[in-house]
Amino acid sequence: MMKQSLIYVGLILVLMILPIFFGEYYVNLGSQIMIAAIFAASLNLLVGYGGLTSLGHATYLGLSAYASAWLFSRYGMSHAYTAPIALIFTTFVGAIFGWISLRASGLSFLMLTLALSQIIWGIGYRWVDLTNGDNGISGLTRPTPFGINLENSNNFYWFCLLITILCLFFIARVVNSPFGASLKGTRDQDKRMSALGYNVWKIRWITFVLASFFGAVSGLLYIYLNKYIHPSVISITSSAEALLCVIAGGAGTLAGPILGSILIVLLKNYVSGFVERWNMLLGIIFLFIVIFMPAGMGPGFSQIKKRWFGGKP
Amino acid sequence: MQFWVIQTLNSLALGGLLFMLSSGFALIFGLMRIANLTHGSLFMIGAYVAASVLRGGYSLVVAALVAMVVVGLLGAVIERFILRSLSGNSQGQVLATLGLSFIAADACLMIWGGDPIPINAPEMLRAPLQMFGFTFPTYRLVVLGISMISALLLYLLMERTRLGAMIRAGVDDMQMARAVGIPASQLFTIVFSLGALLAGLGGTVGGPMLNAYPGLDADMLPLALIVVILGGVGSLVGTFVASFIIGFIYTFGIALVPDLAYVILFLPMVLVIAFRPSGLFGSIRA
Repeated sequence: MMKQSLIYVGLILVLMILPIFFGEYYVNLGSQIMIAAIFAASLNLLVGYGGLTSLGHATYLGLSAYASAWLFSRYGMSHAYTAPIALIFTTFVGAIFGWISLRASGLSFLMLTLALSQIIWGIGYRWVDLTNGDNGISGLTRPTPFGINLENSNNFYWFCLLITILCLFFIARVVNSPFGASLKGTRDQDKRMSALGYNVWKIRWITFVLASFFGAVSGLLYIYLNKYIHPSVISITSSAEALLCVIAGGAGTLAGPILGSILIVLLKNYVSGFVERWNMLLGIIFLFIVIFMPAGMGPGFSQIKKRWFGGKP
Repeated sequence: MQFWVIQTLNSLALGGLLFMLSSGFALIFGLMRIANLTHGSLFMIGAYVAASVLRGGYSLVVAALVAMVVVGLLGAVIERFILRSLSGNSQGQVLATLGLSFIAADACLMIWGGDPIPINAPEMLRAPLQMFGFTFPTYRLVVLGISMISALLLYLLMERTRLGAMIRAGVDDMQMARAVGIPASQLFTIVFSLGALLAGLGGTVGGPMLNAYPGLDADMLPLALIVVILGGVGSLVGTFVASFIIGFIYTFGIALVPDLAYVILFLPMVLVIAFRPSGLFGSIRA
């Protein structure tokens, strides 16, 4: 336990000093990865620990980003107000959407989350008066908490790091708590959990709300980083990317979404610099992971190694 | 008055189109418990293939036949070589179809480019039809006719043939169906291919109304989902009714409240799920 904590502290220290050695491009890339990691970790609560595959998680990132941008550009509200309003609003929508989606389970749950996310996408894309449609919302600023200027990319990186650590710490606490254990129980044996007197539906719904809250947090960081939002952020592709981060890294593990986010964000940045075929690549990675590494990269590589080279499991 | 007549006809035509799209989805879902997220892509590929055949100077009928064969075969290949290797893992299968839909979207962009390709209705169907003092867009009537014929054929196939009986048995209870010797393996391929073929036909027939463009897949897939959820998964009658409900809501929504049409579209689904999670006609809760 002691050793583990030391490793974490060491890792955080390394991550803290990294921006000093790298240029602005890489620092921003680091911020992007952390935002994706929070987002994927929030989805992982549902997919990995709850066994509820959601295909509409981009809704929560998008809603909170849109809410923050909209309140600022329309009413000129300061970040001290937009941030909590965006978080509360998004979590509230998550509570409603969760209630609707959890009327079903399994594949119907997946289809419902996808369909519900399309409503938000429809508002973002087609309700031009409200959301400025295809043009998106631009001209935004980053907040200055305690007078620290986040326009500086290093400062923003450290800000992201702080929020990421807090979020991941909290998610880890949830997962390892009695509640987390009962959540895993509903994933593996929902009927038995029900028979034991657990309210399976309630456990899932709480998880859904938690997931949408952390999705909203990543949405705020997203809008601070980019200072611009376009409806493509709420599209199916965006939800699918998050899902890929989770399953590529390993659903139901704490490190999985982080590994997956590193992989996907790096790939997306580098590959789309060379070729326009990001969608093709996304699809191919999806197929590859699903068919050859259903448990994610970590366990997947050792399985493939075992299959090809033999040896102890 | 003319407005209402035209919009009603448009709604019926869109409803018919949605039925061709969603019935395949519903069949596949009912029998195989796969939410086929490539369904929008298959629809789009149908439209593109038809556009190419039309460019070659052939008629829309030939284009429809070619599109049905191509998309049907594509469906069989997807089922045999990809979904089969994941059998028993329904989440993996859905994710695989999701991955395939991205690949398909990009492949279509590579082959057919980013500009919309118009699909023209045959010359004789383009002139509006004058009847009872109203003007009807002739092609919409044809779309409605074709969708009714395919609905009827599908009904006869399901209710009056041996294949249909086997499919119904599989939908009801797959384990039991296997136990009495129904060849589930072939049945899966046939049904997936049939569902794909229907989507391809929808893409062709809908072509003159919608054109073939990148993003058609992402526009159609949610519609298929709404219809199937609203009608009740696995119920063809439900799919039929829900197709027309959605056809009406979408058409009138766009005509009356264009900004909100897309949002209104989802309301019936949300309401039905809230009060009757198995859908209007559904019996199974997947």
